[in-house]
Amino acid sequence: MSILIYIDHADGQIKKSALEAISYGAALAKNLNTTAEAIVLGKVNEDLAGLGAYGLSAVHQAADEAFDKADAQALAKTVAGVAGTLSAEVVIFAANANGIALAPRVAVRLKAGLVSSAVALPDTHTEAGFTVKKVVFSGKAFAHVKINTPVKVITLTGNSYPAQKAAGTATVSQLDLHPDLSKVTITGVQKVEGEVPLTEAEIVVSGGRGLKGPENWNLITDLAHVLHGAVACSRPVADDGWRPHHEHVGQTGIQIAPNLYIAIGISGAIQHLGGVNRSKTIVVINKDPEAPFFKAADYGIIGDAFEVVPRLTEAIKAIKG
Amino acid sequence: MKILVAVSKAPDTTAKITFKDNNTAFNEDGVQWIVNPYDEWYALVRAIELKEAAPDTIIHLVSVDDSGADVILRKALALGGDEAIRVNIKPTDSFSVASQLAAVAREGAYDLILTGKETIDFNDGAVPGMLAELLDIPCIPVATKLTVENGKAVVVKEIEGGEQTEEVAFPVLISCAKGMAKQRMAGIRNVIAARSKTIKVVEPVAVDRLTEAVSFELPAAKTGVKMIEAGQEAELARLLHEEAKVF
Ligand SMILES: Cc1cc2nc3c(=O)[nH]c(=O)nc-3n(C[C@H](O)[C@H](O)[C@H](O)COP(=O)(O)OP(=O)(O)OC[C@H]3O[C@@H](n4cnc5c(N)ncnc54)[C@H](O)[C@@H]3O)c2cc1C
Repeated sequence: MSILIYIDHADGQIKKSALEAISYGAALAKNLNTTAEAIVLGKVNEDLAGLGAYGLSAVHQAADEAFDKADAQALAKTVAGVAGTLSAEVVIFAANANGIALAPRVAVRLKAGLVSSAVALPDTHTEAGFTVKKVVFSGKAFAHVKINTPVKVITLTGNSYPAQKAAGTATVSQLDLHPDLSKVTITGVQKVEGEVPLTEAEIVVSGGRGLKGPENWNLITDLAHVLHGAVACSRPVADDGWRPHHEHVGQTGIQIAPNLYIAIGISGAIQHLGGVNRSKTIVVINKDPEAPFFKAADYGIIGDAFEVVPRLTEAIKAIKG
Repeated sequence: MKILVAVSKAPDTTAKITFKDNNTAFNEDGVQWIVNPYDEWYALVRAIELKEAAPDTIIHLVSVDDSGADVILRKALALGGDEAIRVNIKPTDSFSVASQLAAVAREGAYDLILTGKETIDFNDGAVPGMLAELLDIPCIPVATKLTVENGKAVVVKEIEGGEQTEEVAFPVLISCAKGMAKQRMAGIRNVIAARSKTIKVVEPVAVDRLTEAVSFELPAAKTGVKMIEAGQEAELARLLHEEAKVF
Protein backbone atom coordinates (compact mmCIF):
# COMPACT_ATOMS: atom_id res chain seq x y z
CA MET A 1 0.00 0.00 0.00
CA SER A 2 1.25 3.46 -0.85
CA ILE A 3 0.42 6.80 -2.40
CA LEU A 4 1.78 7.23 -5.91
CA ILE A 5 2.45 10.68 -7.32
CA TYR A 6 3.02 11.29 -11.01
CA ILE A 7 5.87 13.75 -11.51
CA ASP A 8 5.16 15.98 -14.47
CA HIS A 9 8.11 17.65 -16.14
CA ALA A 10 8.98 19.59 -19.26
CA ASP A 11 12.38 20.28 -20.82
CA GLY A 12 14.05 18.25 -18.08
CA GLN A 13 12.58 20.42 -15.32
CA ILE A 14 10.09 19.21 -12.74
CA LYS A 15 7.04 21.47 -12.79
CA LYS A 16 6.02 23.50 -9.78
CA SER A 17 2.61 21.82 -9.93
CA ALA A 18 4.35 18.45 -9.59
CA LEU A 19 6.10 19.61 -6.41
CA GLU A 20 2.73 20.68 -5.04
CA ALA A 21 1.32 17.25 -5.92
CA ILE A 22 4.23 15.59 -4.11
CA SER A 23 3.71 17.63 -0.93
CA TYR A 24 -0.02 16.90 -1.12
CA GLY A 25 0.61 13.18 -1.60
CA ALA A 26 3.14 13.12 1.24
CA ALA A 27 0.68 14.77 3.62
CA LEU A 28 -2.02 12.29 2.59
CA ALA A 29 0.39 9.39 3.08
CA LYS A 30 1.07 10.63 6.60
CA ASN A 31 -2.67 10.77 7.36
CA LEU A 32 -3.08 7.23 6.07
CA ASN A 33 0.03 5.87 7.75
CA THR A 34 1.61 4.86 4.52
CA THR A 35 4.44 6.02 2.25
CA ALA A 36 4.51 8.46 -0.62
CA GLU A 37 6.27 7.28 -3.74
CA ALA A 38 6.57 8.89 -7.14
CA ILE A 39 6.88 7.87 -10.72
CA VAL A 40 8.92 9.78 -13.31
CA LEU A 41 8.70 8.82 -16.96
CA GLY A 42 11.39 10.10 -19.29
CA LYS A 43 14.43 12.26 -18.78
CA VAL A 44 14.79 14.89 -16.06
CA ASN A 45 17.87 16.92 -15.20
CA GLU A 46 17.10 17.18 -11.52
CA ASP A 47 18.24 15.37 -8.43
CA LEU A 48 15.45 12.85 -7.88
CA ALA A 49 16.77 11.68 -4.51
CA GLY A 50 16.46 15.30 -3.38
CA LEU A 51 12.68 15.05 -3.83
CA GLY A 52 12.75 13.24 -0.49
CA ALA A 53 12.79 16.75 0.95
CA TYR A 54 9.18 17.08 -0.15
CA GLY A 55 8.23 13.92 1.73
CA LEU A 56 8.79 11.15 -0.82
CA SER A 57 10.30 7.90 0.35
CA ALA A 58 10.92 6.48 -3.11
CA VAL A 59 11.11 7.65 -6.70
CA HIS A 60 10.67 5.15 -9.53
CA GLN A 61 12.02 6.29 -12.84
CA ALA A 62 11.69 4.82 -16.30
CA ALA A 63 14.24 6.99 -18.03
CA ASP A 64 13.65 5.85 -21.61
CA GLU A 65 13.56 9.10 -23.62
CA ALA A 66 10.78 7.61 -25.70
CA PHE A 67 8.50 8.51 -22.80
CA ASP A 68 9.10 12.22 -23.49
CA LYS A 69 7.28 11.89 -26.79
CA ALA A 70 4.82 9.21 -25.78
CA ASP A 71 1.08 9.92 -25.98
CA ALA A 72 -1.33 9.81 -23.07
CA GLN A 73 -2.54 6.34 -23.97
CA ALA A 74 0.96 4.88 -23.71
CA LEU A 75 1.87 6.89 -20.60
CA ALA A 76 -1.35 5.96 -18.82
CA LYS A 77 -0.74 2.28 -19.46
CA THR A 78 2.70 2.54 -17.86
CA VAL A 79 1.50 4.58 -14.87
CA ALA A 80 -1.41 2.22 -14.23
CA GLY A 81 0.96 -0.74 -14.49
CA VAL A 82 3.34 0.71 -11.92
CA ALA A 83 0.45 1.70 -9.65
CA GLY A 84 -0.69 -1.92 -9.78
CA THR A 85 2.75 -3.30 -9.02
CA LEU A 86 3.13 -0.98 -6.03
CA SER A 87 -0.46 -1.63 -4.88
CA ALA A 88 -0.94 2.13 -4.83
CA GLU A 89 -4.06 3.13 -2.96
CA VAL A 90 -4.20 6.68 -4.28
CA VAL A 91 -2.63 8.01 -7.49
CA ILE A 92 -2.13 11.78 -7.67
CA PHE A 93 -1.59 14.06 -10.66
CA ALA A 94 -1.32 17.83 -11.04
CA ALA A 95 -4.51 19.14 -12.64
CA ASN A 96 -2.67 20.51 -15.66
CA ALA A 97 -2.55 19.67 -19.37
CA ASN A 98 -0.84 16.32 -18.81
CA GLY A 99 -2.84 15.51 -15.71
CA ILE A 100 -6.10 15.99 -17.53
CA ALA A 101 -4.90 13.70 -20.31
CA LEU A 102 -3.59 10.97 -18.02
CA ALA A 103 -5.68 10.81 -14.86
CA PRO A 104 -8.99 9.79 -16.48
CA ARG A 105 -7.26 7.03 -18.45
CA VAL A 106 -5.37 5.74 -15.42
CA ALA A 107 -8.60 5.81 -13.40
CA VAL A 108 -10.38 3.68 -16.01
CA ARG A 109 -7.49 1.23 -16.13
CA LEU A 110 -7.43 0.88 -12.34
CA LYS A 111 -11.23 0.87 -12.02
CA ALA A 112 -10.67 3.77 -9.68
CA GLY A 113 -12.96 6.64 -8.81
CA LEU A 114 -11.51 9.98 -9.91
CA VAL A 115 -11.79 13.42 -8.37
CA SER A 116 -10.52 16.18 -10.68
CA SER A 117 -9.38 19.61 -9.52
CA ALA A 118 -9.08 18.89 -5.81
CA VAL A 119 -8.38 21.95 -3.67
CA ALA A 120 -7.70 20.37 -0.28
CA LEU A 121 -6.42 17.19 1.32
CA PRO A 122 -8.95 14.34 1.35
CA ASP A 123 -11.02 13.79 4.44
CA THR A 124 -10.12 10.25 5.29
CA HIS A 125 -11.86 9.84 8.61
CA THR A 126 -15.36 11.12 7.92
CA GLU A 127 -18.51 9.08 8.24
CA ALA A 128 -18.98 9.40 4.52
CA GLY A 129 -15.67 7.65 3.87
CA PHE A 130 -12.92 9.09 1.69
CA THR A 131 -14.06 12.48 0.41
CA VAL A 132 -12.22 15.14 -1.55
CA LYS A 133 -13.08 18.81 -1.88
CA LYS A 134 -13.08 20.04 -5.46
CA VAL A 135 -14.08 23.05 -7.51
CA VAL A 136 -17.50 22.92 -9.17
CA PHE A 137 -19.59 25.40 -11.13
CA SER A 138 -16.38 26.88 -12.51
CA GLY A 139 -15.21 28.24 -9.20
CA LYS A 140 -18.61 29.38 -7.93
CA ALA A 141 -18.82 26.50 -5.43
CA PHE A 142 -17.08 23.45 -4.02
CA ALA A 143 -18.24 19.86 -3.76
CA HIS A 144 -17.13 17.16 -1.36
CA VAL A 145 -16.92 14.06 -3.49
CA LYS A 146 -16.80 10.61 -1.99
CA ILE A 147 -14.76 7.96 -3.75
CA ASN A 148 -16.27 4.49 -3.37
CA THR A 149 -13.51 2.41 -4.92
CA PRO A 150 -10.51 0.85 -3.15
CA VAL A 151 -8.10 2.59 -5.53
CA LYS A 152 -8.51 6.33 -5.96
CA VAL A 153 -7.22 8.91 -8.44
CA ILE A 154 -6.99 12.63 -7.67
CA THR A 155 -5.83 15.62 -9.70
CA LEU A 156 -4.72 18.63 -7.67
CA THR A 157 -5.55 22.19 -8.70
CA GLY A 158 -2.50 24.44 -9.03
CA ASN A 159 -1.76 26.89 -6.20
CA SER A 160 -4.17 25.19 -3.81
CA TYR A 161 -1.63 23.18 -1.82
CA PRO A 162 1.85 24.59 -1.19
CA ALA A 163 5.02 22.70 -2.09
CA GLN A 164 6.72 22.19 1.28
CA LYS A 165 10.39 21.45 1.49
CA ALA A 166 12.07 20.00 4.58
CA ALA A 167 14.93 17.54 4.90
CA GLY A 168 15.14 14.01 3.57
CA THR A 169 16.20 11.91 0.65
CA ALA A 170 14.27 9.42 -1.42
CA THR A 171 15.55 6.14 -2.78
CA VAL A 172 15.68 6.20 -6.56
CA SER A 173 15.09 3.06 -8.56
CA GLN A 174 15.19 2.58 -12.30
CA LEU A 175 12.37 0.73 -14.00
CA ASP A 176 13.06 -1.16 -17.18
CA LEU A 177 9.89 0.00 -18.88
CA HIS A 178 9.26 1.35 -22.37
CA PRO A 179 6.17 2.98 -23.82
CA ASP A 180 3.92 1.45 -26.46
CA LEU A 181 4.20 3.02 -29.86
CA SER A 182 2.39 6.37 -29.75
CA LYS A 183 -0.57 6.93 -32.01
CA VAL A 184 -0.22 10.69 -31.59
CA THR A 185 2.85 12.43 -33.03
CA ILE A 186 3.99 15.80 -31.74
CA THR A 187 4.90 17.90 -34.76
CA GLY A 188 5.56 21.26 -33.15
CA VAL A 189 5.78 23.10 -29.84
CA GLN A 190 5.24 26.84 -29.62
CA LYS A 191 6.24 28.18 -26.23
CA VAL A 192 5.76 31.77 -25.28
CA GLU A 193 9.32 32.51 -24.21
CA GLY A 194 10.10 33.98 -20.85
CA GLU A 195 6.52 34.12 -19.65
CA VAL A 196 5.24 32.55 -16.47
CA PRO A 197 2.53 29.98 -17.28
CA LEU A 198 -0.78 31.36 -16.08
CA THR A 199 -1.83 28.31 -14.07
CA GLU A 200 1.46 28.25 -12.17
CA ALA A 201 1.81 31.98 -11.60
CA GLU A 202 1.67 33.32 -8.06
CA ILE A 203 0.88 36.81 -9.30
CA VAL A 204 -1.42 37.58 -12.21
CA VAL A 205 -2.12 41.01 -13.71
CA SER A 206 -5.24 41.02 -15.83
CA GLY A 207 -6.77 43.56 -18.19
CA GLY A 208 -10.30 44.06 -19.48
CA ARG A 209 -12.12 46.09 -22.04
CA GLY A 210 -11.49 49.17 -19.94
CA LEU A 211 -8.01 49.32 -21.48
CA LYS A 212 -9.58 50.39 -24.76
CA GLY A 213 -7.28 48.46 -27.09
CA PRO A 214 -4.29 46.12 -27.44
CA GLU A 215 -1.95 49.08 -27.95
CA ASN A 216 -2.35 49.91 -24.26
CA TRP A 217 -1.31 46.51 -22.95
CA ASN A 218 2.11 47.75 -21.87
CA LEU A 219 0.23 49.03 -18.81
CA ILE A 220 -0.54 45.41 -17.90
CA THR A 221 2.74 43.83 -18.97
CA ASP A 222 4.89 46.49 -17.27
CA LEU A 223 3.15 45.90 -13.97
CA ALA A 224 3.35 42.12 -14.46
CA HIS A 225 7.08 42.33 -15.16
CA VAL A 226 7.82 44.32 -12.03
CA LEU A 227 5.95 41.68 -10.02
CA HIS A 228 7.34 38.72 -12.00
CA GLY A 229 3.74 37.78 -12.67
CA ALA A 230 1.79 36.41 -15.59
CA VAL A 231 -0.71 38.37 -17.68
CA ALA A 232 -4.34 37.48 -18.23
CA CYS A 233 -7.44 39.10 -19.71
CA SER A 234 -11.22 39.01 -19.73
CA ARG A 235 -13.09 37.10 -22.39
CA PRO A 236 -14.09 39.94 -24.74
CA VAL A 237 -10.45 41.02 -24.84
CA ALA A 238 -9.47 37.61 -26.20
CA ASP A 239 -12.56 37.39 -28.41
CA ASP A 240 -11.67 40.70 -30.05
CA GLY A 241 -8.17 39.46 -30.69
CA TRP A 242 -6.50 42.04 -28.44
CA ARG A 243 -4.79 39.21 -26.57
CA PRO A 244 -4.27 35.49 -27.26
CA HIS A 245 -6.94 33.01 -26.19
CA HIS A 246 -4.72 31.26 -23.68
CA GLU A 247 -4.74 34.41 -21.52
CA HIS A 248 -8.53 34.40 -21.14
CA VAL A 249 -9.52 33.66 -17.56
CA GLY A 250 -12.99 32.98 -16.20
CA GLN A 251 -15.73 30.45 -16.26
CA THR A 252 -15.13 29.61 -19.92
CA GLY A 253 -11.42 30.34 -19.83
CA ILE A 254 -8.62 29.30 -17.55
CA GLN A 255 -9.41 29.06 -13.85
CA ILE A 256 -6.67 30.35 -11.63
CA ALA A 257 -5.96 30.83 -7.93
CA PRO A 258 -2.82 32.95 -7.60
CA ASN A 259 -1.72 34.69 -4.40
CA LEU A 260 -2.37 38.04 -6.03
CA TYR A 261 -4.80 38.88 -8.83
CA ILE A 262 -4.88 42.47 -10.07
CA ALA A 263 -7.92 43.22 -12.24
CA ILE A 264 -7.64 46.37 -14.31
CA GLY A 265 -10.57 47.74 -16.31
CA ILE A 266 -12.58 44.55 -15.76
CA SER A 267 -16.18 44.93 -14.62
CA GLY A 268 -16.33 41.67 -12.65
CA ALA A 269 -19.10 39.79 -14.47
CA ILE A 270 -20.14 36.58 -12.74
CA GLN A 271 -18.52 34.51 -15.49
CA HIS A 272 -15.23 36.28 -14.97
CA LEU A 273 -15.33 36.01 -11.17
CA GLY A 274 -15.89 32.26 -11.27
CA GLY A 275 -12.44 31.75 -12.75
CA VAL A 276 -10.52 34.01 -10.40
CA ASN A 277 -12.36 34.21 -7.07
CA ARG A 278 -10.12 31.65 -5.38
CA SER A 279 -7.20 34.08 -5.70
CA LYS A 280 -5.91 34.83 -2.22
CA THR A 281 -5.69 38.60 -2.62
CA ILE A 282 -7.66 40.51 -5.25
CA VAL A 283 -6.95 44.10 -6.25
CA VAL A 284 -9.44 45.92 -8.45
CA ILE A 285 -8.72 49.08 -10.39
CA ASN A 286 -11.79 50.48 -12.11
CA LYS A 287 -13.10 53.95 -12.83
CA ASP A 288 -16.67 52.94 -12.07
CA PRO A 289 -17.40 52.88 -8.31
CA GLU A 290 -20.37 50.59 -9.05
CA ALA A 291 -18.26 47.93 -10.80
CA PRO A 292 -19.35 44.57 -9.31
CA PHE A 293 -15.73 43.46 -9.02
CA PHE A 294 -15.20 45.67 -5.95
CA LYS A 295 -17.50 43.34 -3.97
CA ALA A 296 -15.11 40.47 -4.61
CA ALA A 297 -11.96 42.47 -3.95
CA ASP A 298 -9.61 42.86 -1.00
CA TYR A 299 -8.19 46.19 -2.17
CA GLY A 300 -9.66 48.64 -4.62
CA ILE A 301 -8.88 51.90 -6.31
CA ILE A 302 -11.57 53.88 -8.08
CA GLY A 303 -9.77 55.67 -10.85
CA ASP A 304 -8.59 55.81 -14.41
CA ALA A 305 -6.34 52.85 -15.16
CA PHE A 306 -4.23 54.99 -17.48
CA GLU A 307 -3.21 57.13 -14.52
CA VAL A 308 -3.38 54.66 -11.63
CA VAL A 309 -1.50 51.72 -13.10
CA PRO A 310 1.75 53.48 -14.08
CA ARG A 311 1.88 55.04 -10.60
CA LEU A 312 1.30 51.65 -8.97
CA THR A 313 4.01 50.09 -11.12
CA GLU A 314 6.45 52.79 -10.02
CA ALA A 315 5.46 52.41 -6.36
CA ILE A 316 6.07 48.66 -6.46
CA LYS A 317 9.37 49.20 -8.25
CA ALA A 318 10.38 51.58 -5.47
CA ILE A 319 9.65 48.97 -2.78
CA LYS A 320 11.45 46.26 -4.68
CA GLY A 321 14.41 48.61 -4.99
CA MET B 1 -16.52 10.91 -42.11
CA LYS B 2 -18.81 10.10 -39.22
CA ILE B 3 -18.64 12.45 -36.25
CA LEU B 4 -20.14 12.03 -32.79
CA VAL B 5 -20.50 15.21 -30.73
CA ALA B 6 -21.21 14.79 -27.02
CA VAL B 7 -23.29 17.61 -25.58
CA SER B 8 -24.36 18.23 -22.06
CA LYS B 9 -27.01 20.32 -20.38
CA ALA B 10 -25.53 22.98 -18.10
CA PRO B 11 -26.89 25.78 -15.93
CA ASP B 12 -26.80 29.18 -17.59
CA THR B 13 -23.58 30.99 -16.78
CA THR B 14 -25.48 33.73 -14.95
CA ALA B 15 -27.46 31.24 -12.83
CA LYS B 16 -27.27 31.81 -9.11
CA ILE B 17 -25.60 28.75 -7.64
CA THR B 18 -27.35 27.58 -4.47
CA PHE B 19 -27.86 24.23 -2.80
CA LYS B 20 -30.75 22.52 -1.05
CA ASP B 21 -31.46 19.57 1.27
CA ASN B 22 -28.83 20.65 3.75
CA ASN B 23 -26.33 21.44 0.98
CA THR B 24 -26.42 17.97 -0.50
CA ALA B 25 -27.97 18.84 -3.86
CA PHE B 26 -27.85 21.63 -6.44
CA ASN B 27 -30.96 23.78 -6.25
CA GLU B 28 -32.34 23.74 -9.80
CA ASP B 29 -35.27 26.06 -9.01
CA GLY B 30 -35.43 28.87 -11.50
CA VAL B 31 -32.27 27.77 -13.26
CA GLN B 32 -32.19 28.29 -17.02
CA TRP B 33 -30.44 25.53 -18.90
CA ILE B 34 -28.10 25.93 -21.82
CA VAL B 35 -25.97 23.70 -23.98
CA ASN B 36 -22.65 23.46 -22.16
CA PRO B 37 -20.69 26.30 -23.84
CA TYR B 38 -17.61 24.22 -24.71
CA ASP B 39 -19.79 21.58 -26.34
CA GLU B 40 -21.79 24.10 -28.32
CA TRP B 41 -19.36 26.85 -29.26
CA TYR B 42 -16.39 24.68 -30.02
CA ALA B 43 -17.14 20.96 -30.46
CA LEU B 44 -20.45 21.20 -32.28
CA VAL B 45 -19.64 24.25 -34.38
CA ARG B 46 -16.31 22.74 -35.46
CA ALA B 47 -18.14 19.55 -36.48
CA ILE B 48 -20.57 21.66 -38.52
CA GLU B 49 -17.69 23.51 -40.16
CA LEU B 50 -16.11 20.18 -41.12
CA LYS B 51 -19.41 19.08 -42.62
CA GLU B 52 -19.69 22.32 -44.56
CA ALA B 53 -16.29 21.57 -46.07
CA ALA B 54 -17.14 17.89 -46.73
CA PRO B 55 -20.94 17.58 -47.13
CA ASP B 56 -21.02 13.77 -46.98
CA THR B 57 -19.99 14.05 -43.32
CA ILE B 58 -22.54 12.68 -40.86
CA ILE B 59 -22.92 14.32 -37.46
CA HIS B 60 -24.64 12.63 -34.55
CA LEU B 61 -25.16 14.39 -31.25
CA VAL B 62 -25.35 12.47 -28.03
CA SER B 63 -26.31 13.40 -24.51
CA VAL B 64 -26.54 11.30 -21.37
CA ASP B 65 -29.53 12.69 -19.49
CA ASP B 66 -33.23 12.35 -18.79
CA SER B 67 -35.89 13.88 -21.02
CA GLY B 68 -35.16 17.31 -19.53
CA ALA B 69 -32.23 17.45 -21.92
CA ASP B 70 -34.39 17.15 -25.05
CA VAL B 71 -34.75 20.93 -25.34
CA ILE B 72 -30.99 21.23 -25.17
CA LEU B 73 -30.59 18.63 -27.88
CA ARG B 74 -33.12 20.51 -30.04
CA LYS B 75 -31.17 23.70 -29.48
CA ALA B 76 -28.00 21.95 -30.56
CA LEU B 77 -29.71 20.35 -33.55
CA ALA B 78 -30.81 23.82 -34.64
CA LEU B 79 -27.15 24.72 -35.05
CA GLY B 80 -26.52 21.56 -37.04
CA GLY B 81 -26.14 17.83 -36.87
CA ASP B 82 -28.16 15.10 -38.55
CA GLU B 83 -29.72 13.41 -35.57
CA ALA B 84 -29.36 13.10 -31.83
CA ILE B 85 -29.17 10.21 -29.41
CA ARG B 86 -30.15 10.53 -25.77
CA VAL B 87 -29.10 7.91 -23.28
CA ASN B 88 -31.97 7.91 -20.87
CA ILE B 89 -30.33 8.29 -17.46
CA LYS B 90 -29.41 11.22 -15.24
CA PRO B 91 -25.64 11.58 -15.25
CA THR B 92 -24.01 10.90 -11.90
CA ASP B 93 -20.28 11.23 -12.42
CA SER B 94 -17.73 11.39 -15.23
CA PHE B 95 -17.29 7.64 -15.33
CA SER B 96 -21.01 6.99 -15.63
CA VAL B 97 -21.27 9.44 -18.52
CA ALA B 98 -18.16 8.08 -20.24
CA SER B 99 -19.46 4.52 -19.92
CA GLN B 100 -22.82 5.40 -21.48
CA LEU B 101 -21.12 7.35 -24.26
CA ALA B 102 -18.81 4.41 -24.91
CA ALA B 103 -21.77 2.16 -25.58
CA VAL B 104 -23.18 4.65 -28.09
CA ALA B 105 -19.80 5.23 -29.70
CA ARG B 106 -19.16 1.50 -30.18
CA GLU B 107 -22.53 1.11 -31.84
CA GLY B 108 -21.94 3.95 -34.29
CA ALA B 109 -18.31 3.32 -35.32
CA TYR B 110 -17.41 7.01 -35.49
CA ASP B 111 -14.19 8.35 -36.99
CA LEU B 112 -14.15 11.43 -34.84
CA ILE B 113 -15.63 12.08 -31.41
CA LEU B 114 -15.76 15.69 -30.25
CA THR B 115 -16.55 16.86 -26.73
CA GLY B 116 -16.18 20.15 -24.89
CA LYS B 117 -13.10 20.52 -22.71
CA GLU B 118 -15.26 20.20 -19.59
CA THR B 119 -18.78 20.94 -18.39
CA ILE B 120 -19.24 24.19 -16.55
CA ASP B 121 -21.03 22.49 -13.65
CA PHE B 122 -18.77 19.67 -12.52
CA ASN B 123 -15.62 20.85 -14.30
CA ASP B 124 -14.03 17.43 -14.27
CA GLY B 125 -12.77 17.47 -17.84
CA ALA B 126 -12.52 13.73 -17.37
CA VAL B 127 -15.16 12.34 -19.71
CA PRO B 128 -12.97 12.70 -22.83
CA GLY B 129 -10.02 10.77 -21.40
CA MET B 130 -12.21 8.11 -19.80
CA LEU B 131 -14.24 7.62 -22.96
CA ALA B 132 -11.11 7.33 -25.08
CA GLU B 133 -9.64 4.79 -22.68
CA LEU B 134 -12.85 2.75 -22.70
CA LEU B 135 -12.77 2.79 -26.51
CA ASP B 136 -9.01 2.24 -26.62
CA ILE B 137 -8.49 5.20 -28.96
CA PRO B 138 -6.23 8.25 -28.72
CA CYS B 139 -7.54 11.45 -27.16
CA ILE B 140 -6.25 14.98 -27.47
CA PRO B 141 -7.70 17.08 -24.68
CA VAL B 142 -8.16 20.86 -24.60
CA ALA B 143 -7.61 21.38 -28.31
CA THR B 144 -7.83 24.85 -29.82
CA LYS B 145 -7.56 23.92 -33.52
CA LEU B 146 -8.51 20.93 -35.60
CA THR B 147 -8.01 20.41 -39.31
CA VAL B 148 -8.11 17.29 -41.43
CA GLU B 149 -5.04 16.90 -43.61
CA ASN B 150 -4.17 13.84 -45.72
CA GLY B 151 -6.69 11.74 -43.87
CA LYS B 152 -5.27 12.63 -40.48
CA ALA B 153 -6.35 15.00 -37.74
CA VAL B 154 -3.94 17.87 -37.14
CA VAL B 155 -4.63 19.33 -33.73
CA VAL B 156 -3.26 22.23 -31.73
CA LYS B 157 -3.63 21.90 -27.98
CA GLU B 158 -2.79 24.07 -25.02
CA ILE B 159 0.13 23.17 -22.82
CA GLU B 160 1.55 25.20 -19.91
CA GLY B 161 2.96 28.39 -21.35
CA GLY B 162 2.22 27.67 -24.99
CA GLU B 163 0.75 25.24 -27.44
CA GLN B 164 1.67 22.05 -29.18
CA THR B 165 0.73 20.71 -32.62
CA GLU B 166 -0.04 17.01 -32.87
CA GLU B 167 -1.02 14.65 -35.64
CA VAL B 168 -3.11 11.53 -35.28
CA ALA B 169 -4.95 9.04 -37.45
CA PHE B 170 -8.69 8.41 -37.03
CA PRO B 171 -10.53 7.27 -34.99
CA VAL B 172 -9.70 9.87 -32.39
CA LEU B 173 -11.41 11.79 -29.61
CA ILE B 174 -10.79 15.51 -29.25
CA SER B 175 -11.97 17.74 -26.41
CA CYS B 176 -12.49 21.28 -27.61
CA ALA B 177 -11.63 24.64 -26.10
CA LYS B 178 -11.62 28.24 -27.18
CA GLY B 179 -10.17 28.96 -30.61
CA MET B 180 -11.59 25.80 -32.16
CA ALA B 181 -14.50 27.50 -33.92
CA LYS B 182 -16.34 30.76 -34.13
CA GLN B 183 -19.49 30.89 -32.03
CA ARG B 184 -22.65 31.10 -34.16
CA MET B 185 -26.39 31.48 -33.71
CA ALA B 186 -29.07 29.26 -35.15
CA GLY B 187 -31.36 31.01 -37.63
CA ILE B 188 -35.12 30.69 -37.17
CA ARG B 189 -35.36 28.40 -40.22
CA ASN B 190 -32.89 26.02 -38.64
CA VAL B 191 -34.77 26.10 -35.35
CA ILE B 192 -37.91 25.01 -37.18
CA ALA B 193 -36.04 22.39 -39.20
CA ALA B 194 -34.55 20.99 -35.99
CA ARG B 195 -38.04 20.18 -34.72
CA SER B 196 -38.35 17.38 -37.23
CA LYS B 197 -34.92 15.90 -36.61
CA THR B 198 -34.82 12.60 -34.75
CA ILE B 199 -33.86 12.28 -31.10
CA LYS B 200 -33.32 8.58 -30.61
CA VAL B 201 -33.72 7.51 -26.99
CA VAL B 202 -31.65 4.54 -25.90
CA GLU B 203 -31.67 2.84 -22.52
CA PRO B 204 -28.52 2.96 -20.37
CA VAL B 205 -26.06 0.17 -19.72
CA ALA B 206 -25.36 -0.83 -16.09
CA VAL B 207 -22.47 1.13 -14.56
CA ASP B 208 -20.93 1.02 -11.09
CA ARG B 209 -21.12 4.19 -9.03
CA LEU B 210 -17.48 5.09 -8.45
CA THR B 211 -17.89 8.55 -6.94
CA GLU B 212 -20.67 10.72 -5.56
CA ALA B 213 -20.91 14.32 -4.47
CA VAL B 214 -22.02 14.16 -0.83
CA SER B 215 -22.17 17.87 -0.06
CA PHE B 216 -21.58 21.31 -1.50
CA GLU B 217 -20.44 24.66 -0.16
CA LEU B 218 -20.11 28.19 -1.45
CA PRO B 219 -16.80 30.03 -1.27
CA ALA B 220 -16.33 32.19 1.82
CA ALA B 221 -17.44 35.72 1.06
CA LYS B 222 -14.80 38.44 1.09
CA THR B 223 -14.84 40.33 4.36
CA GLY B 224 -14.94 43.71 2.68
CA VAL B 225 -12.81 45.68 0.35
CA LYS B 226 -10.26 48.20 1.55
CA MET B 227 -10.54 51.24 -0.71
CA ILE B 228 -7.50 53.36 -1.47
CA GLU B 229 -7.76 56.81 -3.02
CA ALA B 230 -6.53 57.25 -6.56
CA GLY B 231 -3.19 59.00 -6.20
CA GLN B 232 -2.31 56.90 -3.14
CA GLU B 233 -0.84 54.02 -5.16
CA ALA B 234 2.23 53.98 -2.91
CA GLU B 235 -0.09 53.14 -0.02
CA LEU B 236 -1.59 50.24 -2.01
CA ALA B 237 1.89 49.00 -2.84
CA ARG B 238 2.82 49.18 0.84
CA LEU B 239 -0.32 47.25 1.89
CA LEU B 240 0.33 44.55 -0.70
CA HIS B 241 3.91 44.27 0.51
CA GLU B 242 3.43 44.51 4.27
CA GLU B 243 -0.16 43.47 4.98
CA ALA B 244 -1.07 41.00 2.25
CA LYS B 245 2.59 40.03 1.84
CA VAL B 246 2.08 39.02 -1.75
CA PHE B 247 5.40 40.34 -3.03
C1 LIG C 1 -21.69 31.89 -21.49
C2 LIG C 1 -20.77 33.01 -21.13
C3 LIG C 1 -19.49 32.72 -20.67
C4 LIG C 1 -18.60 33.75 -20.34
N1 LIG C 1 -17.36 33.43 -19.88
C5 LIG C 1 -16.51 34.43 -19.53
C6 LIG C 1 -15.20 34.15 -19.02
O1 LIG C 1 -14.79 32.99 -18.90
N2 LIG C 1 -14.39 35.18 -18.68
C7 LIG C 1 -14.77 36.49 -18.82
O2 LIG C 1 -13.98 37.38 -18.49
N3 LIG C 1 -15.99 36.77 -19.29
C8 LIG C 1 -16.86 35.79 -19.66
N4 LIG C 1 -18.08 36.11 -20.17
C9 LIG C 1 -18.37 37.53 -20.46
C10 LIG C 1 -18.80 38.33 -19.26
O3 LIG C 1 -20.21 38.20 -19.11
C11 LIG C 1 -18.46 39.82 -19.44
O4 LIG C 1 -19.07 40.27 -20.62
C12 LIG C 1 -16.97 40.11 -19.53
O5 LIG C 1 -16.27 39.49 -18.46
C13 LIG C 1 -16.73 41.58 -19.51
O6 LIG C 1 -15.38 41.86 -19.76
P1 LIG C 1 -14.73 43.22 -19.25
O7 LIG C 1 -14.92 43.31 -17.81
O8 LIG C 1 -13.35 43.25 -19.78
O9 LIG C 1 -15.54 44.32 -20.06
P2 LIG C 1 -16.70 45.30 -19.60
O10 LIG C 1 -17.80 44.59 -18.94
O11 LIG C 1 -16.97 46.14 -20.77
O12 LIG C 1 -16.03 46.16 -18.48
C14 LIG C 1 -15.02 47.09 -18.68
C15 LIG C 1 -14.74 47.72 -17.35
O13 LIG C 1 -13.67 48.63 -17.51
C16 LIG C 1 -13.96 49.80 -16.74
N5 LIG C 1 -13.20 50.89 -17.37
C17 LIG C 1 -13.43 51.51 -18.54
N6 LIG C 1 -12.49 52.44 -18.77
C18 LIG C 1 -11.66 52.42 -17.72
C19 LIG C 1 -10.52 53.15 -17.37
N7 LIG C 1 -10.00 54.09 -18.16
N8 LIG C 1 -9.90 52.88 -16.20
C20 LIG C 1 -10.40 51.93 -15.38
N9 LIG C 1 -11.48 51.20 -15.66
C21 LIG C 1 -12.11 51.44 -16.82
C22 LIG C 1 -15.44 49.96 -16.80
O14 LIG C 1 -15.90 50.70 -15.71
C23 LIG C 1 -15.91 48.50 -16.78
O15 LIG C 1 -16.13 48.09 -15.45
C24 LIG C 1 -18.99 35.10 -20.49
C25 LIG C 1 -20.28 35.38 -20.95
C26 LIG C 1 -21.16 34.37 -21.26
C27 LIG C 1 -22.54 34.72 -21.74
